[in-house]
Amino acid sequence: MSHVHDHNPTPPADRDGPLTYYQAMEGAVRALLIEKGIISADEVRAAIEAMDARGPAQGAKVVARAWSDPAYKARLLADGTAACEELGIDMGPTRLVVVENLEKLHNVIVCTLCSCYPRMLLGLPPDWYKARAYRSRVVRAPRAVLREFGTEIPDDWQICVHDSTADMRYMVLPRRPDGTDGLDEAALAELVTRDCMIGVTRPTTP
Amino acid sequence: MARFSPGDRVLVHDIRPPGHIRTPLYVRGKTGTIERNCGLFANPEELAFGRDGLPLRPLYRVRFKQAELWPDYQGPAGDAVEVEIFEHWLEPAERDTP
Repeated sequence: MSHVHDHNPTPPADRDGPLTYYQAMEGAVRALLIEKGIISADEVRAAIEAMDARGPAQGAKVVARAWSDPAYKARLLADGTAACEELGIDMGPTRLVVVENLEKLHNVIVCTLCSCYPRMLLGLPPDWYKARAYRSRVVRAPRAVLREFGTEIPDDWQICVHDSTADMRYMVLPRRPDGTDGLDEAALAELVTRDCMIGVTRPTTP
Repeated sequence: MARFSPGDRVLVHDIRPPGHIRTPLYVRGKTGTIERNCGLFANPEELAFGRDGLPLRPLYRVRFKQAELWPDYQGPAGDAVEVEIFEHWLEPAERDTP
């Protein structure tokens, strides 16, 4: 097996194909905007850095507060955007709807038309969230899809799938796990993962 | 201003216009229940062509039973899907239709 290198495929990092139509257009528009002094290359870089820096810790902070403070939870369910801004999260134009998991109700989020996602709270969406397989199947067979994520929803529970088709963005407020009474907000936030807030899994006790 | 209120039964238009449409195919021609009024938003079908999308239009969250969407749905009867739909895609439906 020592001379297989001739047949090795190109490593993924070296597989740069020719630019697609939209890649070429984006590059051309960006170059023009920079050349005309409307934006700078450093501003573009900083915007990408800021986008990449957003992550599920923001959402976890919101969930932990809602678990600890019933009045905050009520405000979060009534107006998700305002309740997140209360915690200093910059929501921009995002209109957030928070859907609460109950004793026998499980919520899960999808965007069947594209990949709408609460980026201000969870960062960039995972690849599977953007894949056609997830988007087309979770609205039609949510129980089977959740089972593939290791999440079994009993038959006497209801599942509600939330399809972000227009201007709202969604986040699941999971149920607080049993046995976490003594934990403070920071410790509770540690239990809240990205996938819990999409609704493909549930938080577990440490 | 808004034509529908939470609890109203609505039927989604079963039409296939060209262009940028935010009403998924799987709910067209289906009957659901208004879950909430989300407020007024620019019409994405106009925005997609570089126009202003005005006047703003009411946007609703509509709840559909899974069995209404997929006649062969395997899960329990309580399972549902909620979808955002603009008012101009909806018409009143009889309250007692299944």
